[in-house]
Amino acid sequence: MVGGPALARGTSMADGLLLSMRGIDKRFAGIPALTDASLEVEPGEVHALIGQNGAGKSTMIKVLTGYHRRDDGDVAFDGKPFEVSSPQQAQAGGISTIYQEINLVPLRSVTENICLGRETRRMGLLDWRAMHAEAERLLGRFRVKVDVRRPLMDFSTATQQMVAIARAIGFSARLVIMDEPTSSLDEQEVAVLFNVIRQLRADGVSVIFVSHKLDELYEVCDRVTIMRDGRTVRTARMTEISKLELVSQMLGRDVAKTEGQTTSFSRPAQASDGEVVLEGRSLAAGQSVHDVSFRLRRGEIASFAGLLGAGRTETARLIFGADHPRAGGLSLDGKGFTPAHPRDAIAAGFGFVSEDRKLEGIVPEMSVAENMTLALLPRISRNGVVDEKRQREVVNHFIKELGIKCSGPGQRIRELSGGNQQKVLLARWLAMDPKLLILDEPTRGIDVGAKGEIQRLIRSLADSGLTVLMISSELEEVAEGADRVFVLREGRTVAEFAGDEISEDRILAAMAQGHITHEDPTR
Amino acid sequence: MTVNAPGRRLDSFDVLEFLARYGTLIALGLLIVFNIVFTRNFATLQTLNVNLTQVCTIVIVATGMTLVIATGGIDLSVGSIMAISGALAPLIFLSPVFGDNIALGVAIAMVAAISAATLCGLFNGWLVAQFRIQPIVATLVLFIAGRGIAQAMTNSNLQVFRVPEFQWIGLGRPFGLPVQVLLMVTLVVVTAWLLRRSRFGRSVLATGGNERAAELAGIAVKRTKLAVYAISGFCAGIAGLVVIAINSASDANLVGLGMELDAIAAVAVGGTLLVGGRATIMGTLTGALTIQLVRYTLLANGVPDAAAMIVKAAIIAVAVWLQQQRRV
Amino acid sequence: MNRAHLARLVGTYGVLIALVALILFGWLRYENFLSPFNVTTVVRYNSMFALVALGMCFVIMTGGIDLSVGSTAALGSVAAALSSHFGIIPGIAAGIGVGVLVGAINGLLVTRANIMPFVATLCTLLAASGSALLLSGQTSVPVSSTSGFISIGTGALWIVPIPTAVALIAYALGSLVLNYTATGRTVLAIGGNEDASRLMGLPVARVIFLVYLTSGALAGLAGVLLAALGYAGQPTEGVGWELFAIAAVVVGGTLLTGGSGSVITTLAGVLLLGILFNVLNFENGEGWITLSAAWQSVVRGLFLLAVILLQASLTRSPQKKKV
Repeated sequence: MVGGPALARGTSMADGLLLSMRGIDKRFAGIPALTDASLEVEPGEVHALIGQNGAGKSTMIKVLTGYHRRDDGDVAFDGKPFEVSSPQQAQAGGISTIYQEINLVPLRSVTENICLGRETRRMGLLDWRAMHAEAERLLGRFRVKVDVRRPLMDFSTATQQMVAIARAIGFSARLVIMDEPTSSLDEQEVAVLFNVIRQLRADGVSVIFVSHKLDELYEVCDRVTIMRDGRTVRTARMTEISKLELVSQMLGRDVAKTEGQTTSFSRPAQASDGEVVLEGRSLAAGQSVHDVSFRLRRGEIASFAGLLGAGRTETARLIFGADHPRAGGLSLDGKGFTPAHPRDAIAAGFGFVSEDRKLEGIVPEMSVAENMTLALLPRISRNGVVDEKRQREVVNHFIKELGIKCSGPGQRIRELSGGNQQKVLLARWLAMDPKLLILDEPTRGIDVGAKGEIQRLIRSLADSGLTVLMISSELEEVAEGADRVFVLREGRTVAEFAGDEISEDRILAAMAQGHITHEDPTR
Repeated sequence: MTVNAPGRRLDSFDVLEFLARYGTLIALGLLIVFNIVFTRNFATLQTLNVNLTQVCTIVIVATGMTLVIATGGIDLSVGSIMAISGALAPLIFLSPVFGDNIALGVAIAMVAAISAATLCGLFNGWLVAQFRIQPIVATLVLFIAGRGIAQAMTNSNLQVFRVPEFQWIGLGRPFGLPVQVLLMVTLVVVTAWLLRRSRFGRSVLATGGNERAAELAGIAVKRTKLAVYAISGFCAGIAGLVVIAINSASDANLVGLGMELDAIAAVAVGGTLLVGGRATIMGTLTGALTIQLVRYTLLANGVPDAAAMIVKAAIIAVAVWLQQQRRV
Repeated sequence: MNRAHLARLVGTYGVLIALVALILFGWLRYENFLSPFNVTTVVRYNSMFALVALGMCFVIMTGGIDLSVGSTAALGSVAAALSSHFGIIPGIAAGIGVGVLVGAINGLLVTRANIMPFVATLCTLLAASGSALLLSGQTSVPVSSTSGFISIGTGALWIVPIPTAVALIAYALGSLVLNYTATGRTVLAIGGNEDASRLMGLPVARVIFLVYLTSGALAGLAGVLLAALGYAGQPTEGVGWELFAIAAVVVGGTLLTGGSGSVITTLAGVLLLGILFNVLNFENGEGWITLSAAWQSVVRGLFLLAVILLQASLTRSPQKKKV
């Protein structure tokens, strides 16, 4: 370790790094989540951390902040080994995290949210005047002027984020981790946030910036670390890496490499031109859907491709009546269609397998049979009584047909593996003999074998005339499985490919740049 | 976050799991054996009758409560609803309008009282389903106001009566079995069947087990919630009638007092998940019987009733704690 | 002004306005409404409820609930009555002591055993009630007539009845703790978002424990007043106090989900519900209508209904509409 003037600011080590995580291993129940992962952050830099779902970004951050205990590897912060066992300790050590769901208390005042935990006291009692002044001072650094006495929930998400940052700075954070900070901000708010980030950098505070919006990374970050499958695949200066390279490394698809079949999908030689079943016109809703249009045809697997936060799931929820569009509309078989409730969509012959099995899919305490027939209940019951015989027929049929591994129809679904749970949920809708099946990340968190089975199943369903809308973050699944691909980027459909037009390169390019560049895939 | 969920799940036999599942049943068995050995005159028809009679109203109310809890709710107002039902019925069948035709009076009284109770339940359900008010608060309204309504209807006067046609539901003994016991058994069987075999039962468990998933599968979550509170009111209404029939009197200040606690205790001890999603009516019956038998055993062996309350409290705490362990 | 802001204003000032209006109504309509006798009677008896509601207010602000306060007060009154024969101080100490004990058990059940607050305090409700009956031998226990214990109930500081003075001091302290100590602010933060509070490094478990402890202690103190006012420890009193307290807290504008609330408006809530009863009595005296005492609970229930419907309609955020 070297002394010198830099040590006064405490940012010096031989290699001049503020944070160094090397050779990090982490397993959950024997399954590796991180393998020899690394992350290095220089003092006063904004460092992007990117990767797909399950790439290990959040595990990495949770290891750093003491939420998870690492199995192996070294963490050094400020030149010293950094060992913490809770986010509080990490905070005390100078690392603050600002979560996507802002972890503050909306009902309490701005001042309390900034100062709670290190209050100013006078004669044993809280000195509100000093605390308000402190809060105003911290926010003032970012040129944010608000009435700090008012509850946090009165302010926009952007301001709430400023408050979270101010809290972190108040705890003299040297490294601020921001987990998708811009996901619910509008353009103007993003600009303000970026000014704050630049201000932090100027003050010598480092930022780890997790985001999926590529343009933002280029706008505000100095360097980027790309993770995939629990490993660090590359660290580079933002100026040295193109968007396309970034995306392809993130998804693990080499742009130059010719592709071989990696999924169990097979596509018919030409694009189908079945009649349009469902059409969406310029749909807009909430913060993440701005202008989405599509046409789904009979007997075809259509896919929404896009990075996280592109508005894919949100659009699917609009189709299923779980949310409602603020603009645009749907038509079903040429007639206007405005589902007010999932029941309306189900009545129209739709099925929806949510991306979050636990939260929106399974009813954990119920049996395989009960879960499978949940949507079917109206059809297999007479006068309110469930026809056990028909239920048994249906359930046994699908257990056999889909090869669901369970001890029997009566087994609790929570005891099944992810793949088998997913098959039960698929069967829930297949039993309805649907017209349109929306599958959101149908193979996520499922072992390879089950994945192939499900992919083959989806294809055979489409071949038998069912319309499938598949949302997947796995590029090869989209490229090889879909007959038609709609590329979504930041809430807008930016490209549509059908049949032979579909290739990973084109999808990648559209996802990365928002327009189709047929020939030159470099920036 | 499942940091390290698996691990001790792997062993084939988990003591806590076993106790959580069968603890109540084992306790009930042990209690019966203990009593047969140590309590004088235990194995008699009379003892059985005494215990069943005492536990009847609790089980009737707890049956409705089980459904409410299965959806992830709670109903504090059952005691007050009992008071309303118990106050309304005598007002009707004692009224001079019916003169000689007491049977008609009794019929109308019963229908009216139980309907009023069901309406009260619907009101609870409306608050919970429509306004998304926490069940504990929503049902607090009728808990407070309900008894007041009952008292106001009767001017807080004790209504004493001797109407065999009515009191049959509390005192009648066809085939030597108390009517109320038959009533209880019927309700328990029907509800258990409903929970297991009917579309409604599925909706109840799906709503409590995962409301968002249920909604996405097209289950009518709101209607289900309305229905369970209405049923809870209905059960409380019947229980109110049984209580006043046994007492030959209706005192709006006392009918159903503290019943919500007994009912919740029976449900919790019976093994129904208090957060919803898993429910067992037979468990509730076992739970109520166990609590009753503990009390009886203690009383029969010279322990004061007050001490029995403390034991009851401990039993509930342990039962819920065990349940908690099982979910980890 | 947005809806949330409006909700807060209504929550804070609505109860005060209603209280003033009710007092004005009583003053204009009934001759003796503001007579010293009536006023002291009302404030003396409601001081017990006020103490219980204060503890409840803190518990609810953390997002919990304490159903055991009523039977804890009954137990406290018995313990105080039994100990009053050794003097005033032992009497008071015994009452508060059993309250602290019950509160500690509640706190442990909630923070250590992770049992839901309403179940945990339901158990202690039963246990405290049983203990009260055991200690008292199932009947009321006369307090010592020689130790001066009764003066706690009947005495006055200048013109303020002692029970009222005790309640006022407790509320002043409560308000101070809530507004000017880190612990007080942590109470609100926990109710506002328990996970966030934990991530913010606040001592969540300790504060929750303290809150139940305080609620128990205040219920015990209410028991001391109960014994002094009734000249006896009353093991069967206190039934339904918890729900009265909850109603007062809610009417006082404290959010039942926790995170927001005020000690002073809780006091206003207690007075509002108490005076409502008083007004009904006067109204009966007028002879225009005869409303039995039963109507007080009906009116209280309606009040509660109005407040929660208001809270529900005002705080429901329109953008948070997910299925």
